[in-house]
Amino acid sequence: MLEKAFVGDKKYWAWVISLMAVIGVATLFYLRQYSEGLGVTGLGRDVTWGFYIAQFTFLVGVAASAVMVVLPYYLHDYKAFAKITILGEFLAISAVTMCMTFIFVDMGQPFRIVNVFLYPSPTSMMFWDTVSLSGYMVLNIIISHVTLGAEKQGMAPPKWIKPVIILSIPWAVSIHTVTAFLYAGLGARPFWMTAILAPRFLASAFAAGPALLILFCLILRKVTKFDAGREPVQTLAKIVTYAMAVNVFFVLMEVFTAVYSGIPEHLEHFKFMFLGLEGSSMMAPWMWVSSILAVVSLILLLNPKARRNESWLVMACIAVFLSLWIDKGMALIVTGFVPSVLGAVPTYVPTVTELMISLGIYALGLLMVTVLYKIALSVRGQWETKRIIESQRSPVKAGS
Amino acid sequence: MGIDRRKFFKVSGLTALGLAGGSVSKVFSRETPYGDSVQTRTWGTEPPKGPLTAQRWAMVIDLRKCHEQPDCNDCVAACHSTHNVPDWGNPKDEVKWIWKESFEHAFHDQEHPYQQESLKYLPALVLCNHCDNPPCVRVCPTGATWKRDKDGIVMMDWHRCIGCRYCVVACPYGSRSFNWRDPRPKIQKIEPDFPTRSRGVVEKCTFCEERLARGMLPACVEACKYGAMHFGDLEDADSNVRKLLSERYTIRRKPGLGTNPEVYYIV
Amino acid sequence: MYDAGKVILGIVVFLALVTFPLWYNLAGDASVAAPDLEKAEGTQCVEDAEWMRGHHMDLLDDWRDEVVRDGERYFVGPDGQRMEKSLSNTCLSCHVNKDKFCDRCHNYMSVDPYCWDCHVIPKEVM
Repeated sequence: MLEKAFVGDKKYWAWVISLMAVIGVATLFYLRQYSEGLGVTGLGRDVTWGFYIAQFTFLVGVAASAVMVVLPYYLHDYKAFAKITILGEFLAISAVTMCMTFIFVDMGQPFRIVNVFLYPSPTSMMFWDTVSLSGYMVLNIIISHVTLGAEKQGMAPPKWIKPVIILSIPWAVSIHTVTAFLYAGLGARPFWMTAILAPRFLASAFAAGPALLILFCLILRKVTKFDAGREPVQTLAKIVTYAMAVNVFFVLMEVFTAVYSGIPEHLEHFKFMFLGLEGSSMMAPWMWVSSILAVVSLILLLNPKARRNESWLVMACIAVFLSLWIDKGMALIVTGFVPSVLGAVPTYVPTVTELMISLGIYALGLLMVTVLYKIALSVRGQWETKRIIESQRSPVKAGS
Repeated sequence: MGIDRRKFFKVSGLTALGLAGGSVSKVFSRETPYGDSVQTRTWGTEPPKGPLTAQRWAMVIDLRKCHEQPDCNDCVAACHSTHNVPDWGNPKDEVKWIWKESFEHAFHDQEHPYQQESLKYLPALVLCNHCDNPPCVRVCPTGATWKRDKDGIVMMDWHRCIGCRYCVVACPYGSRSFNWRDPRPKIQKIEPDFPTRSRGVVEKCTFCEERLARGMLPACVEACKYGAMHFGDLEDADSNVRKLLSERYTIRRKPGLGTNPEVYYIV
Repeated sequence: MYDAGKVILGIVVFLALVTFPLWYNLAGDASVAAPDLEKAEGTQCVEDAEWMRGHHMDLLDDWRDEVVRDGERYFVGPDGQRMEKSLSNTCLSCHVNKDKFCDRCHNYMSVDPYCWDCHVIPKEVM
């Protein structure tokens, strides 16, 4: 099936090559980081995890959110998702790859990473996270390969794949739960030590992931012959609505607990996030943008008229995605370190190197999404871009 | 070749005698060649000078004595030169095993605005607490840091550390440092008896386990001229540390977290 | 088979490229003489030289685990002498010239062990 990725029109190749160029530039930046050490990032003694680990955390959520199409389709036989289930699975594979790459670039000794398998340590949540993420990756590769292969042959997928798919549902929940456990079990970091962290992670994931999937479906409708149809997009929109509402509710519960109890070691983190602490207010503007976007998205999504209008829906999905990206991809990790365990208020700003490497990894993810979607849609004969179809209809126009 | 024939036969003859096995098997198997030799020879653990041993090492720091000598930095200097700790001169890349921290920062759940002047402004010595229930050990994904069964020292294996920094995140005391860059250029004078570290690994105080093995007290304790640092066996009821703990009022850092730190402070 | 000619040509070119180093070495005398290693200062090593040549890396690997992880720092050498399991202090006390012993052979074998990233070469520090 891979051969489908190697035939495409000029636009396809231009897109693929520009993504590869970004990856190439990012690789150069990584080589610099590899030879000089992680000192080239903005990280330091007090803020030891930052942009890379935050992206990892956010993208585990995107990966887990595939379950929001897999579950209705396979467990409830919700036929409207038939066309887009594979898109969800391929998004999950790409997101997990990005997660693993973000972990890799965050390591001080990246080539010793095999030690995690050579000396397995079951008391470490990082060990379990490695296990659950690689397992999820394998499950999704098997499922998408088998189901798409069957579709290509025009046959029903083999029966044995059903239990594998069912297994992938709790597994998706587990990857984000274990990722939350990385943070939630540390007495040293009161900001993360909250039982609601895993549920909150899942809620934000099930909002951000499907929002991204809606955007992908609408982009595909624009640039290819593939049309997901109105119903699945609207169902996804409802999922985004519920998940976003639950996520905002959870965040407000966190804020209440910290503010009402007034315990400094909990409260100070929230102060830093929304107001600034001891003059360090770098996170506050971002968090207010995130909060406003969250409110705006909810106003749009909770209003059926706006939700059913696809232009408004696009705005709402972008708002959801950005809001949650700021919340999880920027604030959540860094705030855990401010104030530090010794009560200091460190500053952390990612460096150009850090941002370029991250951009490269996102480009890698987008490249995978592109190639995998190309394969999926080519198998269905739905890839040809509208331009080609149009040019076939009116050859004169194409010649001009 | 670097060894002449006579020497070669002498050495191989001795080895053959010592092993009572063929040197043939040595070439083929990784297990037997000197796995055997481990058993046939007396591989000792006791050094020329008897090691200092304990069932549970612990430290008592008398902050009042430190406060009488506000300019003294002997313990920090001794530790950092003994262990090839680099001096970066900036808080971002900083690596430290033992250092002075303000009382407010070191004990920020136990300070109040009307505290004695000495506590308010004078710093407290902080280092790895060698916790009985160390969160850093719990989170390490490779076993690169672990608590030694025989004496409770929280150890580091710089060969195995992958530099994920999970232990740095999990330590409630800020006792762990990461090598953000190659430390060698920033070591003033390299101490040949101790390795340096490579970039990308985490390091911290090890209660001078390498000195204890040679029968010496930790470098900081040895360097302290004012008797402010005491090091001994917590399991031994007659030890210096047990005596101090039973006679003096002592506190520990963040006791509420259940990590059970083994560095005690007389205030 | 479609394009049989092209495919076969492609395979031939590929094989030629992959095996090029072999042909190159066979054609010219590319062999490099084994390096002349400096003699050690001591009278005997911890194991015989032949075994050490092939297995010193395993020995050092095990030493480091025994020292760091098990706290077993000493061993009794072949002449009954108690010695420390230490690369810098024991090995290099006889093999005083790292350049002419370790490095010379490692370069010849084209291996790049990272021991020296951390372990100190006493002569260089002095």
